[in-house]
Amino acid sequence: MHPFRYLRPESAAEAVAARGEDDETRYLAGGQSLLPALKLRLAHPSVLIDIARLPELRTLRRHQGGLEAGAALTHAEIAGLDDIPALAALAGSIGDLQIRNMGTLGGSLAHNDPASDHAAAVLGLGATVRTDRREIAADGFFLDMFETALEPDELIVSVNFPRPRRAGYAKVRNPASGYPVVGVFVAETDGGIRVAVTGAGGCVFRLPDFEAALADNFRPGALAGLATPVNGLNRDIHATAEYRAHLIGVLAGRAVERCR
Amino acid sequence: MRIRLTVNGAGVEADIEPATLLSALLRERLGLTGTHQGCDTGQCGACTVHVDGRAVKSCLMLAAQADGRRVLTIEGVAEGEALHPVQRAFRDRHALQCGFCTPGMVMTALDLVGRLDTADEGAIRHGLAGNLCRCTGYRPIVEAIAESIRARRGDG
Repeated sequence: MHPFRYLRPESAAEAVAARGEDDETRYLAGGQSLLPALKLRLAHPSVLIDIARLPELRTLRRHQGGLEAGAALTHAEIAGLDDIPALAALAGSIGDLQIRNMGTLGGSLAHNDPASDHAAAVLGLGATVRTDRREIAADGFFLDMFETALEPDELIVSVNFPRPRRAGYAKVRNPASGYPVVGVFVAETDGGIRVAVTGAGGCVFRLPDFEAALADNFRPGALAGLATPVNGLNRDIHATAEYRAHLIGVLAGRAVERCR
Repeated sequence: MRIRLTVNGAGVEADIEPATLLSALLRERLGLTGTHQGCDTGQCGACTVHVDGRAVKSCLMLAAQADGRRVLTIEGVAEGEALHPVQRAFRDRHALQCGFCTPGMVMTALDLVGRLDTADEGAIRHGLAGNLCRCTGYRPIVEAIAESIRARRGDG
């Protein structure tokens, strides 16, 4: 790792003031993606701002419509919440035990890995990302590989998850990395059916034709014959674009079966 | 920078470079070499320790992130010469071969034994996903953890 300074501010406002707008400073949450990047010198900030203990980011608020979870809650902590079973199950399936004990909800969203599990839940449930300055709907948050709508110094404070009528998640994991090769989150929400796919493209995305088919008939069989265009899907040594397109159909069906 | 933390129950103060990993602080500064450094990429789990009671990979954590926290390493698990029940179960079940992965396995096992209500093999294997054993010793490790969970519940 390149040398850096380490700051641990006491408040979110202090953290944002220290962050600045260039890549010389970076927020550090759990560090489970950032530290490997630092070790590989893919990132070399001169200042790290540790936000993992900020009280504003460690909140949990249950409300009538759902659950507002602080950005610095760990995957393990989210996995222990039974409010939205599909979200808890998804969080409990991320990485491995040690990573779930350190990695955070907000860190995962800000990083926006193409194969992020949490991104699938946030987009699939139609959650809202609350930052130090505004609220961003999930549909406008995830832009592209490692790119979000966040401004450089913008800090995720919490995520508001509306409680779905039912929801389910299914994925195929890469056995070496633990990341999903493809994951599909299906939810019936007050705003309609939502289907979010992770691992298959530059970042998480929705499938409108799957959503329409499930709105007519909420059964795995309703998806028969629907094909995902191969164009734009990831292709790498782990899976071809054609295989990922196939997995999307299979896993969407499994996610529907798991909905509760 | 200066950090203060508790390691195996004792207060520790250290002047460190901010880029110091927790694994390096433990091994190189404090001489606690029971925490093994296997891959240094967060894959193998040999460096697993507890921070505030939860298993984490000490090569994926800055020492600075442990400032003010309670760290438990494999050296702090036994009571003097008396092995912890989980360590005894590992010994009784022959849950190690070369032993390189064992400190990390035991630290993860301690977290799992506290977390799991039943000795379900699938849940144990899921919980062990972040610890690699290259002597293919998983079966006895899973059995040792299952036995520890049953013993804790008093039905072993």
